[in-house]
Amino acid sequence: MDALSEAFRLIITLDADLFEILLLSIRVSLIALAISAIIGLPLGSWLAISKFPGRKFCILLLNALMGMPPVVVGLIVYLLLSRSGPLGWLGLLYTPSAMIIAQAVLITPIIAALSNQVIENLHQEYRDTFYSMGITGRRAVVAYLVDARYALTTCILAGFGRAIAEVGAVIIVGGNIDHLTRVMTTAIALETSKGNLTLALGLGAVLLSLSLLVNALVIGVREYAAKRQYA
Amino acid sequence: MNTLRNANMPNPLLPISIRDLRLTRSDRPVLGGVNLKIDDPGITVIMGPNGAGKTLLLRCLHGLITPDQGFIKLGSLAVADSRDEQAMVFQHPVLLRRTVLQNLAFAAPEIAKTAPERLIQALESVNLANRADQPARMLSGGEQQRLSLARALLSEPALLLLDEATANLDPASVLLIESLVKAQSLQGTKVILVSHDQSQARRLADEIVFMSNGKVAEQSPADQFFTTPQTPAAKAYLAGEILF
Ligand SMILES: Nc1ncnc2c1ncn2[C@@H]1O[C@H](COP(=O)(O)OP(=O)(O)OP(=O)(O)O)[C@@H](O)[C@H]1O
Ligand SMILES: [Mg+2]
Repeated sequence: MDALSEAFRLIITLDADLFEILLLSIRVSLIALAISAIIGLPLGSWLAISKFPGRKFCILLLNALMGMPPVVVGLIVYLLLSRSGPLGWLGLLYTPSAMIIAQAVLITPIIAALSNQVIENLHQEYRDTFYSMGITGRRAVVAYLVDARYALTTCILAGFGRAIAEVGAVIIVGGNIDHLTRVMTTAIALETSKGNLTLALGLGAVLLSLSLLVNALVIGVREYAAKRQYA
Repeated sequence: MNTLRNANMPNPLLPISIRDLRLTRSDRPVLGGVNLKIDDPGITVIMGPNGAGKTLLLRCLHGLITPDQGFIKLGSLAVADSRDEQAMVFQHPVLLRRTVLQNLAFAAPEIAKTAPERLIQALESVNLANRADQPARMLSGGEQQRLSLARALLSEPALLLLDEATANLDPASVLLIESLVKAQSLQGTKVILVSHDQSQARRLADEIVFMSNGKVAEQSPADQFFTTPQTPAAKAYLAGEILF
């Protein structure tokens, strides 16, 4: 249990290595999340209320993509970014940007599919009334996004939880380089394999706390919304 | 938004002509050739047993459903061109996940910008002014229905459709809604209202349209309908007999 108490010392004393890794993790996942939300929310909403042949198939595809194994996403992004790949000239492989791209690819379908479900339910409820009031197009999309704000917030939080805990994709495209692309999950994997349980446990505790925090936020948002009948 | 409707101005959506309206659902003709002509302003109450097609007819008029066959004209307009002039109150009001006042503002952004006091007046007219900043969906069923009527009236529609809008409301809410509907019709709005409530129909109706089996069975002035219904189906309905 020495390792455990040592791990807590690292956290309490704001150990430099640990916090460098923590900050990079959060930065990468937050930027990936922002990109995914900007693409995923309008895409999911639009798919929920539009009508065109192939719409069902697109939703099916999104749901399938939602379950993509992270290592496969990592592999695909690796192939795209590797020197001989189509985007190799960008020189992004083994940089935080590569990790952002991989995480964004991973969670955009999640946010799009979850928000699609949310907006589709709302659309069932609002459709006749909006039609009656003559609310269509952009006004309708905006109204749906606003009215689903709490449910969508929980979708986004779920995306963040998935991104920050993910290891397979970022290790492939980031390479787990010390001081450059080492994030919490890849550090835990490495330190554990090296037998350095102290840092691994410290990071593990932080990761776990973050996950608890995200879930607490989800519950808090849900309760706030339910109390106002805004859920 | 248009200016206050005036009872002396002709209603642009009258007369309403419906010819041979047919609609099939699940291989069953649910509207089997509806013919109806509504010439006069005032309040028309549609009555008839469950499943007669009242809701479907109202939804066709409002443009929510496109009939398989048939012809609808409102004044000189087709349904699609008359929709700006129509408003509908549904049996189960759907309110946005916003405050009471924001629900009105959303329905009438122009008024909210130029004459926000009119929104407050609208809330006062349905006794909800003191609830303006509450989440709308926390209102009781009757309060929600009052709000949805206030929302529908904001646009001062030429045609107001109500589908069992006062079912499940307490007597005071029913009377409040009835008085607002009556007042609106006196201002020149044509009202078509579906109701199973005979006393409500007696209080409000200028004219009764009786539907059964996907058709209009009878159309009479209200006093005549209740004293001397012309069809056996209407007689049985008024007597509370089961029709099949
Ligand atoms: N989507 C649908 N699929 C199958 N049948 C339908 C559908 N919509 C309506 N119907 C049928 O059409 C008939 C008329 O329905 P409508 O809702 O107009 O009745 P109504 O006169 O309003 O009855 P109520 O008094 O119960 O409200 C009913 O028998 C109903 O089952
Ligand atoms: Mg009905």
